[in-house]
Amino acid sequence: MNVVVCVKQVPDTESVIKIKPDGSEIITDDLKYVMNPYDEFGVEEALKVKEKMSGTVTILCMGPSRSVETIRTGLAMGADKAVHLDDPSLEGGDSFAAATALASVLKGMEYDLIFCGKQAVDDDSSQVGQMLAEMLGLPHVSLIQKLEIADDKKSATVHSQVEGGMAILDVSLPAVLTTQKGLNEPRYASLPGIMKAKKKPLETKDAAALGLSSDSVGCAGSKTMITTMTPPPQRAAGKVIEGEGPQETVPKLVKLLREEAKII
Amino acid sequence: MANSVWVFAEVKEGKIKKVVFEMLSEGKKMAEKTGGDLSALLLGHNVESLAEQLGHYGADKVYVADNEVLKDYTSDAYNKVLVDLIKANEPAIVLYGATILGKDLSPRVAASLNVGLAADCTGISLDDDGKLTATRPMYAGKAYANLSFSDSKPNMASIRPNALPMSEPDESKKPDVVKVDVNVSAGDIRTKLKEITKTASERPDLTEAEIIVSGGRGMKGPENFQLLEDLADVLEATVGASRAAVDAGWRPVEDQVGQTGKVVSPNLYVACGISGAIQHLAGMSTSKYIVAINKDPEAPIFQKADYGIVDDLMKVVPVLTEEIKKLKAEE
Ligand SMILES: Cc1cc2nc3c(=O)[nH]c(=O)nc-3n(C[C@H](O)[C@H](O)[C@H](O)COP(=O)(O)OP(=O)(O)OC[C@H]3O[C@@H](n4cnc5c(N)ncnc54)[C@H](O)[C@@H]3O)c2cc1C
Ligand SMILES: Nc1ncnc2c1ncn2[C@@H]1O[C@H](COP(=O)(O)O)[C@@H](O)[C@H]1O
Repeated sequence: MNVVVCVKQVPDTESVIKIKPDGSEIITDDLKYVMNPYDEFGVEEALKVKEKMSGTVTILCMGPSRSVETIRTGLAMGADKAVHLDDPSLEGGDSFAAATALASVLKGMEYDLIFCGKQAVDDDSSQVGQMLAEMLGLPHVSLIQKLEIADDKKSATVHSQVEGGMAILDVSLPAVLTTQKGLNEPRYASLPGIMKAKKKPLETKDAAALGLSSDSVGCAGSKTMITTMTPPPQRAAGKVIEGEGPQETVPKLVKLLREEAKII
Repeated sequence: MANSVWVFAEVKEGKIKKVVFEMLSEGKKMAEKTGGDLSALLLGHNVESLAEQLGHYGADKVYVADNEVLKDYTSDAYNKVLVDLIKANEPAIVLYGATILGKDLSPRVAASLNVGLAADCTGISLDDDGKLTATRPMYAGKAYANLSFSDSKPNMASIRPNALPMSEPDESKKPDVVKVDVNVSAGDIRTKLKEITKTASERPDLTEAEIIVSGGRGMKGPENFQLLEDLADVLEATVGASRAAVDAGWRPVEDQVGQTGKVVSPNLYVACGISGAIQHLAGMSTSKYIVAINKDPEAPIFQKADYGIVDDLMKVVPVLTEEIKKLKAEE
């Protein structure tokens, strides 16, 4: 099985996000970057597939040069090789442009399975996996919680989270599967793994190498554009309810919920 | 029609989802501005009887694709039906609920049509040229982005449940029902559904719940979540959890609220024994009202809470349940 894992580098979830005074974008100066948490589940699952069925695991990442650190993390976890799409013209685009660029790399690769995270925790768009599947003419299944590949490697049985339960379905391969918590426990990179990662093949490509015209990628290739960014609406300062124990505080709370908030 | 507004009418177990009515309410105002009509797209099997209710919330027209192959949702079949319909009728705007199903389907349709999709929006409006603009949280709600669309049509958006106001239904309104031919065969569907297992809970999904009571590490153990279940019963609420409670194995993964769990926007979020870590706040800070019950007055959750009680939750929650029970009994 040849498995490709799409991995994005994103700001650490601890990050405080600040916006430039002109509202054009966020301030990136002090941000610490990590592998998108949802993509860790994809790397782990890919490694599990390889351990069981042999094959290769390839990390595919689009992003500026700092992304190499995240790619190395994936290699240190155990992936065999990586492709890094690094080109200023690819930056700043929407999910459609990202999927277009990733699809163009994948078109030149051999794969049986592609993993994407449920969503990237920077743009929170939850689109790239599904779009990628459509652009590559593949089926997709979102939010998988369990994966079993058939012996003939032509299909897989997956458990996928649906509202109020779990759908169990068979999907033909190759396919795009999106990963989230509950699928597995991602391993940490071991020290030997980190050492080995430095020697693993990492191929860097720019837009020209993919044969992508400049108007089909990045901002130019986007179908949606961010016009302005704003901080989240501020919540008004709240009240701590004073009183001696629940017998006093709780009736006050209930009154506020009923009369002030009018929600119960 | 080139200026019509379309709403995908998601059905779950024979009922139209509330977010659909929210989108129709907003879509009606938009259609008045674009001068087009408001249409709903109803897909499924034996669903035609639901069309009328879509009319009550403003749909002038309901496209009904009723077929055995659409009985259970599959991205391949639903994508094909929607893409065919959109290509044939060229609406200006198509809206989806940002539900699990809507988020699975809408990007696929967008890629099929080569158009843009603004995902998980909390607000939409029309600019002076009648083009769609959307507001959506990014970075788990730590920033909001305003989006415009390229010239490719239609402009599409998925809308977060509970984000848009819902208008009163007008039961005198009857929509035109347009039956749609379904050109999908079982062989077109590359995912074969074998089984759906339901989680026991009869409560609404967290992402759509109007009230959520949520517990964290301060719950001390799985057995104490019964306190929250009891409170949820009287409030008709859904029970959520922090990652600490999920990682401890006290609650299932699908109950996790936060940046790497579910993002929720209920009218009321009651946080019990949750400190308010940034990743947790990211998942619930768009709630209309937040109540925090925590014994530590310094817990960050109090900075986001509208009302706070600094006390032992084990004592507070049972009293709260009783008080609300009393209140409901008086009605
Ligand atoms: C990549 C990443 C992603 C994450 N994603 C999420 C996420 O999606 N959701 C999430 O929730 N977290 C997430 N976290 C974890 C987050 O950082 C916190 O660790 C977690 O939210 C803490 O959960 P908690 O508030 O229940 O526990 P704690 O922080 O331990 O807080 C427990 C609280 O309970 C109070 N308490 C204890 N006993 C009582 C009592 N008897 N009565 C009243 N109060 C009491 C304490 O005062 C304390 O404030 C993530 C972390 C990382 C690194
Ligand atoms: N720049 C990128 N490079 C590699 N993978 C990406 C990139 N952007 C998105 N993805 C993948 O698509 C998933 C969903 O991202 P999104 O649609 O942006 O929320 C991520 O979890 C990644 O697996």
